[in-house]
Amino acid sequence: MTKNQKRRLIRIIVSAALFAASIPITAEYVSIGIKFAAYIVAGYDVLWKAVRNIFRGKIFDENFLMSAATVGAVGIGEYSEGVLVMILYQTGEFFQSLAVGKSRRAVSEIVDLRPSITHTERNGKIYDISPEEIEIGDIAVVYPGEKIPVDGEIVSGESALDTAALTGESMPVSVTKSDHVMSGSINLNTVLKIRADKKYTDSAAARILELVEESAEKKSKSENFITKFAKIYTPCVTLGALALAVIPSLFTGEWRIWIARALTFLVVSCPCALVISVPLSFFAGIGGATSRGILIKGACYIETLAKAKTVVFDKTGTLTRGRFEVVSVSPQEGIDEKELIGLSASAEAYSNHPIAFALKRAVCGTKYEELRPDSCTEYPGEGITAFFGNETFSVGNKKLMERLQAEVQNDFHESYETILYTAKNGKFAGYISISDTVKEGAAETVSALKKLGISRTVMLTGDAEGAAAKIAEKLGVDEYKAGLFPADKVSELERLKESEQNGSVIFAGDGINDAPVLTRADAGIAMGALGSDAAVEAADVVLMNDDIRHVADSIIIARRTMRIVWENIVFALGVKAAVLTLGALGVTGMWAAVFADVGVALIAVLNAMRAIRVRGI
Amino acid sequence: MKKTFKLEGLCCAHCAAQIEEEVRKIDGIESAAVTFVTQKLTATFEESGEREIIKKISKTVRRIEPDVELSEI
Repeated sequence: MTKNQKRRLIRIIVSAALFAASIPITAEYVSIGIKFAAYIVAGYDVLWKAVRNIFRGKIFDENFLMSAATVGAVGIGEYSEGVLVMILYQTGEFFQSLAVGKSRRAVSEIVDLRPSITHTERNGKIYDISPEEIEIGDIAVVYPGEKIPVDGEIVSGESALDTAALTGESMPVSVTKSDHVMSGSINLNTVLKIRADKKYTDSAAARILELVEESAEKKSKSENFITKFAKIYTPCVTLGALALAVIPSLFTGEWRIWIARALTFLVVSCPCALVISVPLSFFAGIGGATSRGILIKGACYIETLAKAKTVVFDKTGTLTRGRFEVVSVSPQEGIDEKELIGLSASAEAYSNHPIAFALKRAVCGTKYEELRPDSCTEYPGEGITAFFGNETFSVGNKKLMERLQAEVQNDFHESYETILYTAKNGKFAGYISISDTVKEGAAETVSALKKLGISRTVMLTGDAEGAAAKIAEKLGVDEYKAGLFPADKVSELERLKESEQNGSVIFAGDGINDAPVLTRADAGIAMGALGSDAAVEAADVVLMNDDIRHVADSIIIARRTMRIVWENIVFALGVKAAVLTLGALGVTGMWAAVFADVGVALIAVLNAMRAIRVRGI
Repeated sequence: MKKTFKLEGLCCAHCAAQIEEEVRKIDGIESAAVTFVTQKLTATFEESGEREIIKKISKTVRRIEPDVELSEI
């Protein structure tokens, strides 16, 4: 509790006690005097602010409205009502400020990545310093249970790290010498020494904090709507109150009854519940997403994600690992499978092509791993012929086989993978098919998106048609576009945006070559991209780890947050409308009105906090 | 340049919106955003008039919410 909150609580208690004491007193003037004192104790600040604001031309603020309502109650002789409404109002405000303070803390605890103490080793001695003081090249010493202060490389020690706060991944990660570690991870087992390669402000923890704080600045459409709505709502209800006090009274002459009903209007005319709970819900949603390793850069993107109808993926690095692997080896008769792949790998031993790496990985640990040809002849765009003593071995595409006049047998007519043709001593020896590998969870994500009602999933790739079709089929995406250059991806996305009328278009990429597409999409998701400035800048949502399943998760979290936002809007407006109607009819009095004002705000704030809990999603 | 201020004691969401609106009207301010949840005001303005502008911001905040304390971060 802050000092202000304590003071408010004491005033509420004193005022309530005075009011209670005044009830049994029969002498009318004494009783009224004590009630007056109770009223002043509870509401002097509200009255003072109201007076001060009138001189500044701010009539429609909540202090003025409460003052007018309670003074009005006293004016028509409802002393008790006036005091009680003021006490209730202050009590409501008190709980509301407690709840808001609590939610602020809850969100900041989630993103509590900043280490409080850090140690650095200089000249063999260990000093305690603040994380900001660590310079690049310094050695940071991290004891078990402490947070890693800066990004860097482990120079000594072996331990397990809890990276949950950064990536949402709950399994500890084991690390050892020369591993790169991110600030904000918690060291679990033994002392680690880390050489800083970034300063604190450029490290992962500080950057995440910055993104989360800045996210609150990018306001949602709903919040802007509520702010605008609040501006007209209050004057309208106040005018309504005036009309209710005057017009029926002119006909009936029952001024007291109608003024009392009008005062109810004044109490309900504050839009606080909405104005507080809407941004708070978004902030809680962003905080919750952060705890899952999903950084949403603004409340507006929660709206966009929730409305997603088309999800576009970049292929390489997003849906697939961008890593080729040998899928099958089909040797001709009389040729050993191991020999075929082994000789192919050693023929390609000096190449840096991704396909060559796939071959090399396939022979890892066999006797062919170290085998090198005596010499090679390269045929650019076709392949390579390697010489082993007086034997030759060739690997390449069909053109190479034609050049060697090696007759290809049992040709694949319709193949999606990349096919390598091989020839031994000029005679066709067999095929090796190689393919990009699909990421874990990619197919699962596509089907999860379908279940979420995403009507179109699209894959964009620079790969050839055949390879793209194969991957698209494996993943179950609705559409794919192959053979795209980076610039084509932008125009393809524009086309998708034009054809999407009901919802928003989300693009997910690894952020390396697709920054322009990330920017162009309604919401761009960059995967595992905290390392790349360009990607963080271009993206609207940054996934802390490479897990593609988080694309679906972020849509789920966004939708849930939006539901909470709407719950609050509908609930607050509904209760207010009901109380206004019943108040005008004289069914409910100022008590219900106070509840509609502060009680609803309190409930809305508590409801907003549900958006922070995303663990079960 | 971009500067962030802490609005200590900001407890009314309505006033936050008002402060944002009024700060935007100050001469020399390019953009301003008040975040009720984090109690922060972020403003972008010309570096040359920095002192003047900060003074004006602080005056505006005090006029709307006298109980809020403005401090630079």
